[in-house]
Amino acid sequence: MFYYSIKRLLMLIPVLLGMTLIVFAIIHAIPGNPALTILGTKATPEAIHSLNRSLGLDNPWYVQYFSYLKDILSGNLGTSIQTNSPISSEIWPHLAATIELSFVAMIIAVFVGINAGIISAWKQNSFLDYTAMILALIGVSMPVFWLGLLEQWGFSIKLQWLPSIGRDDIRNSVDPITNLYLIDTLLRGRLDQFWMVIRHLILPAIALATIPTAIIARMTRSSMLEVLKSDYIRTAKAKGQRMIWIVYKYALKNAFIPILTVIGLQTGLLLGGAILTETIFGWPGVGLYIYNAIQYRDYPVIQSGILVIAFIFVMVNFIVDLLYGLFDPRIKYR
Amino acid sequence: MPQASQAQPEQSTVKDISPTIMAIGEFWKAFRKNKPAIAGTFIVVFFILLAIFARFIAPQGINDQNIGIRLQPPSAAHWFGTDDFGRDIFSRIVFGARLSLRVGFLSVVGSIIAGTLLGVIAGYFGRFLDVVISRIFDILLAFPSILLSIAIVAILGPSLNNALVAIAIVNIPVFGRLVRSRVLTVKEEEYVVAARSIGMGDMRIIFHHVLPNSFAPIIVQGTLNIATAILDAAGLGFLGMGAQAPLPEWGKMLSDSREYIQNAPWTVLFPGLAIVLVVVGFNLIGDGLRDALDPRMKN
Repeated sequence: MFYYSIKRLLMLIPVLLGMTLIVFAIIHAIPGNPALTILGTKATPEAIHSLNRSLGLDNPWYVQYFSYLKDILSGNLGTSIQTNSPISSEIWPHLAATIELSFVAMIIAVFVGINAGIISAWKQNSFLDYTAMILALIGVSMPVFWLGLLEQWGFSIKLQWLPSIGRDDIRNSVDPITNLYLIDTLLRGRLDQFWMVIRHLILPAIALATIPTAIIARMTRSSMLEVLKSDYIRTAKAKGQRMIWIVYKYALKNAFIPILTVIGLQTGLLLGGAILTETIFGWPGVGLYIYNAIQYRDYPVIQSGILVIAFIFVMVNFIVDLLYGLFDPRIKYR
Repeated sequence: MPQASQAQPEQSTVKDISPTIMAIGEFWKAFRKNKPAIAGTFIVVFFILLAIFARFIAPQGINDQNIGIRLQPPSAAHWFGTDDFGRDIFSRIVFGARLSLRVGFLSVVGSIIAGTLLGVIAGYFGRFLDVVISRIFDILLAFPSILLSIAIVAILGPSLNNALVAIAIVNIPVFGRLVRSRVLTVKEEEYVVAARSIGMGDMRIIFHHVLPNSFAPIIVQGTLNIATAILDAAGLGFLGMGAQAPLPEWGKMLSDSREYIQNAPWTVLFPGLAIVLVVVGFNLIGDGLRDALDPRMKN
């Protein structure tokens, strides 16, 4: 297991390097001179020249790439054109907001998706099964941003049950410690604020969770159907074990590997979907950070934002890979 | 002459029906039993007809503005109501079908062509090329697709066509990997080894044996990918990175009317419904094709 982890970790290196190369290439392929973007159209040629030199833009591309790589490894993600402050310090609160939102969405997706899938497989071809699978089909076909808008209209504007924008109320804002508000409010012992943060989380988290929920439900159903047909399940039934026990204890454990893979892959979708969800709900995460950067053509922010999200995605899949053995001891690591 | 034509059918039932036609017949038998897939086909055909005959179906042009009737609720005159410029939403959705279907089909065809080419090169010729191409696929797949599309659109500039290109590029590895794995399996089959031993060239083997055997999974994946391509294009349109005003692209229509949601929810409701419906259609067909073409599920 230990050697396998090391080996997998080493295998990540070329992927991570390739990612930096792609992000680097993208920014350099964007037409227009970055110095001109930073200084504005009224800049003198001398000013552009000197900025080019100080940014190292007059060097050949591979020299620029290696200095970019060196910057990233030392934790320097560049400077935002818009705010003129270092992105590495600016991005953390946004990242925390995205992580909190994605995490809650993933919990919803896993809980609802797995249970819906189990019930569908257990009661195959019943009314419940059909309903769950039709909902799952609509779920995978739903544009996240449309669902988000409908939620806002229904639950915020019409019913006025839940707030439609942001992470907290402006007049009762959370005093951040870790920037993960659920944790911060608890650390400060502010249960009223904790509840407020949850109320802000509900709508965006449900919107973001829709597609992963649907995909996990479909995967769980097909995976469970296969396992429920196996001999050991029949034996358990013959022994008179209760069905609910069989399904949740014995069957789910063996059906979990493909489900786990899907969960890992869905994290990417979740992080990607965050840009749409966050835009609608004014959720100040990396998605909104990138969206605003797009509007201002703040390329260093777009570059670093994309890189950070891709990095998290790769790491989550690495962790999922290691978790396989935990759920299925038959998998041997070599 | 009559004698000859009488003698003919006996032989033709065995010899003349090509394996392709037999395969299609068998596929159709399985596919038509799948009710959801047939429903999906109806939905997609409906939208294709809508797109083709948009000029005749839409009561108004996409840019016929009339400020006097802005933000009107659905009525007999305007089935889906009007938007903030007083444009007929139904007409815009009908014309929008052209844009969404075009992006869906063309981007997927583009990714299939490029992905197949790279997948065949990687799988068939192997070695160094395989390592390089497979690693590039791994890296591209490490990015959430919408983010990579955004980055590509940032290079090319925001427009519907550039969104199409971006979505096509992002999906290349999906087909590339699929074809590569099929090629690796087919390459070792006895009939391919036999073909090679009688001196068949690489190109002939690829076109006669390898590609026809990769056809079914590509079609299944392609259909499902049309659905996601339409969703991604709408997402890019919504973010302002895809279709630009005044094009009646459904995602763009949603983002343009979101500020009116409080008083005119229909401006948001119908474009979204159109997206859901067409995507459901392609997903149903894709699932049906998989069931009908995948021999594992057939058993």
